[in-house]
Amino acid sequence: MTHSPVSLAVQAPTVAASSKRQSLFVAVLLIVALAAPFAVYPVFLMKGLCFALFAAAFNLLLGYVGLLSFGHAMFFGWSAYITAHAAKEWGLTPELAILLGTLCAAGLGAVVGWLAIRRQGIYFAMITLALSQLMFFVALQAPFTHGEDGIQGVPRGHLFGLIDLNDTMNMYYFVLAIFLIGVFFLYRVVHSPFGQVLKAIRDNEPRAISLGYQVERYKLVAFVISAGLAGLAGSTKSLVFQLASLADVHWHASGEVVLMTLLGGVGTVLGPTAGAFLVVTIQNYFATAGSWVTIIQGIIFVICVLAFRAGIVGVFAPWLKKRGIDA
Amino acid sequence: MMTLFGIPTAALFGQLLLGLINGAFYAMLSLGLALIFGLLNIINFSHGAQYMMGAFVAWLALTYLGANYWVALVLAPVAVAAFGIVLERTMLSRLYKLDHLYGLLLTFGLALIIEGIFRQLYGISGMPYAVPKELAGGWNLGFMYLPIYRAWVVVASLVLCLGTWLLIEKTKLGAYLRAATENPALVQAFGINVPVMITLTYGFGVALAGIAGVLAAPIYSVNPLMGSNLIIVVFAVVVIGGMGSILGSVVTGFMLGMLEGLTKVIYPEAASTVIFMVMVVVLLIKPAGLFGKGA
Repeated sequence: MTHSPVSLAVQAPTVAASSKRQSLFVAVLLIVALAAPFAVYPVFLMKGLCFALFAAAFNLLLGYVGLLSFGHAMFFGWSAYITAHAAKEWGLTPELAILLGTLCAAGLGAVVGWLAIRRQGIYFAMITLALSQLMFFVALQAPFTHGEDGIQGVPRGHLFGLIDLNDTMNMYYFVLAIFLIGVFFLYRVVHSPFGQVLKAIRDNEPRAISLGYQVERYKLVAFVISAGLAGLAGSTKSLVFQLASLADVHWHASGEVVLMTLLGGVGTVLGPTAGAFLVVTIQNYFATAGSWVTIIQGIIFVICVLAFRAGIVGVFAPWLKKRGIDA
Repeated sequence: MMTLFGIPTAALFGQLLLGLINGAFYAMLSLGLALIFGLLNIINFSHGAQYMMGAFVAWLALTYLGANYWVALVLAPVAVAAFGIVLERTMLSRLYKLDHLYGLLLTFGLALIIEGIFRQLYGISGMPYAVPKELAGGWNLGFMYLPIYRAWVVVASLVLCLGTWLLIEKTKLGAYLRAATENPALVQAFGINVPVMITLTYGFGVALAGIAGVLAAPIYSVNPLMGSNLIIVVFAVVVIGGMGSILGSVVTGFMLGMLEGLTKVIYPEAASTVIFMVMVVVLLIKPAGLFGKGA
């Protein structure tokens, strides 16, 4: 035996040291997030956080259940419409408007998920894409969405009637809080017994069935959670930009969230966030360069699929794992 | 004015003809998708972009080389197929051992690149392409006016679809193809070069999209975005029909096109969504699709 217990203990950190490092890692990230708006344009950060939550919600399906939804923009975009309408026309406070948008997205997710999980693999992707196109046309034609104009001038209002969200810093910390709650919730879901079953379905569905799990129900619940959190992200975005528009329900947005997740690392906790900030940076940088954003996104897609399937965080994950950090 | 069910017959048949033409494109594109899926097990997301490329090859050939419509009808599928074969050899072939979803993601990325490049070069306003003079004009059938070009598109598409069906069901090459779809390893063991067959099948499926693009050029304007919205409808058509049968895809394509045309007369607001609604109903009643085998 070349591996004595002592050398093993040196190689793998003990549970206590590992959890200490993990806490330190999280604390550093938190401090960066809290200090970021003093160094970087806050609206850019808020856009990044909204898309990061959107991508994290999408990642629950692709990374942990193995379902590729190509229509997640319908939850993102429709919750934005509902929140914008509720805040502007009904005068709801921001937290209630966001809650309503999130619930509607989860409800829509229940219907879409119930239809789509009847088929698997590639068909699942095509069905979600087709249903999101259906919802795109509904958004185009429904009177309250104002067609091409979208819902403009959405009031940010006062959080709980107290905190003025028109102040950019207040809005930033509100968005950050929503993002952290959303990601923490997803983290808990993935690391729960429920999450273990999801991973079992991803890795070997027939076996999960033979073990007696009601696979369809697990998939549906995961789909509803994912849709609801995508809705939470869309609702928040509509308050940040005070706008709900067709761009957010278009299939391009569905493709972008796939790209963010793929680039950052499918099935990692932090990957979607890294991917989202990178894609949003590219969008901002090339915003005035016409179709170049589309071309570059396509090129990144091709590179990721052919040569970089682990994604950015996925590449670093084993290295961090060895040091007791779960990314 | 003659009416049928309270609808002027001219409007009814006019829309049905438009629906039939849309159906012809659905049929040709879903046929190509089904062929590629059968052997490669990937959904070719760039099919819409390749259809758009077909139309652009026709337009470019006319504008810069003075090549007429009939030359384009041969040139475009060859060019698009050659492009497709290069894609298959350099990129798609690396993914066959992985999850099929990667093929979808790769071709989605390729579609973004192709469309982005054409948009960057030619804008989004669309270029007109004249109907060839041999097919200009129309016939007055008494109950409606039938432009010759539109009749030509329907006939050409039917001939193409039937030809493909005959090729696959009745020839030796088609038998190899069907066998390889069932069990590629076994077919390879009999000494048939399966990788070459895969490459050629991809080229053939993509060539169908290229021809469809040329046929579409005089009807819809030549536009970098003409393929992307169409391909999503074709996906719904494929889900409705199921990709198990060639005639199934063709019949489903034509039927859904007609249904769409009919909806335009009866309830225009639903015309853009009716195919997706049919998909929902089919998923509820027969999840495997009308002609599908298993999930």
